Amino acid sequence: MRASGCSALLIAAFALVAAPVAAQAAKATKYQKMVTEESPAELFELVGEDLWKKKQGPKKASLEKCDLGKGPGVLKGAYAALPRYFKDVDQVMDAETRMLHCMMTLQGRSKKEALKRPFGNANKPSEMEYLTAYVAGQSRGYKVNPGTRHPMEKFSYALGEKLFFARTGLYDFSCASCHGEEGKRIRASELPVLSNPAVARPVMATWPAYRVSNSQMKTMQWRINNCYRQMRTPQPVWGSEVVNAVHMYMMVTGKGAVYAGPGTKR
Amino acid sequence: MAGPMKARARMRGNYTDIRVLMSHPMETGLRKDKGKVVPKHFIQNLTVKLNGTTVVEGEISQAMSRNPVFSFRVGGAKKGDKVEISWLDNKGDTNKTETAVA
Repeated sequence: MRASGCSALLIAAFALVAAPVAAQAAKATKYQKMVTEESPAELFELVGEDLWKKKQGPKKASLEKCDLGKGPGVLKGAYAALPRYFKDVDQVMDAETRMLHCMMTLQGRSKKEALKRPFGNANKPSEMEYLTAYVAGQSRGYKVNPGTRHPMEKFSYALGEKLFFARTGLYDFSCASCHGEEGKRIRASELPVLSNPAVARPVMATWPAYRVSNSQMKTMQWRINNCYRQMRTPQPVWGSEVVNAVHMYMMVTGKGAVYAGPGTKR
Repeated sequence: MAGPMKARARMRGNYTDIRVLMSHPMETGLRKDKGKVVPKHFIQNLTVKLNGTTVVEGEISQAMSRNPVFSFRVGGAKKGDKVEISWLDNKGDTNKTETAVA
């Protein structure tokens, strides 16, 4: 008698726990759909376009002749085909790293000056965030197809994969500690399993992204940097081989997705 | 001063769906930065005109998010109609944008 009363209570308790979880997931999906319908990300694209065409730096030049891998000045589909190997610098670069290269070569700016403020805030977004939004927007409708043929590209992917699973730092965390298991989340943000192509595709197709919760346009360089901050590792260097390798690993995993960014996130 | 603004208007069966994106800090006047109150700065009035006739007049407040997005459903519009959207904030700043119903 007593025992059956107990199990009935237990069942009731389970039902109470299970129902809100499902309801929460449905709400999160609905919310995600609503925020992506029309988003301020487009406003960042507009400002980015102006900055792209603005003549600045010692050489008083714009970035319009910047070669993002599809030839000088070709933006259509360029973001979706990055990171890739660039022969002129003998390096694998993602869109942001390549834009920095263009700022230095075309505009004659110093690395220090161009990278003074890679990450902005809500009151004052950074030049790189505006530019990335614009460049990424020019790839809408193109398939995500980063470079995978050149030995350097293969090396970058392998390094990225290794880094994704390598545990490090004060907490002994790897990317996979959070992004390696289904159904995990930090507060209301679901943590995608980025080693699973089916999950990685929609994620990589919508970065960079406008974050509704803090009104900022965030780029992949920032996302990787901030993940490492949350893992309490030393701060990775902006545009370094390591950050670009992690980006490369995720882009290759998300290969084949139709690019639809810049996206909108919680 | 004011950042970009973008509007779209589309026919959706028997009504027109008007959507507008605007950049604005929308400061509530309650937030502090290094101990100092960040002054109020928010959009107060929002006006939507269809071929010169006001169809929506909104009084909005600090409760709106930064870079707000609005959407309205308007009846009686047809393709090619001119939609004008403008805002006025508490500091007297203003901005407007125009689009045609598609």
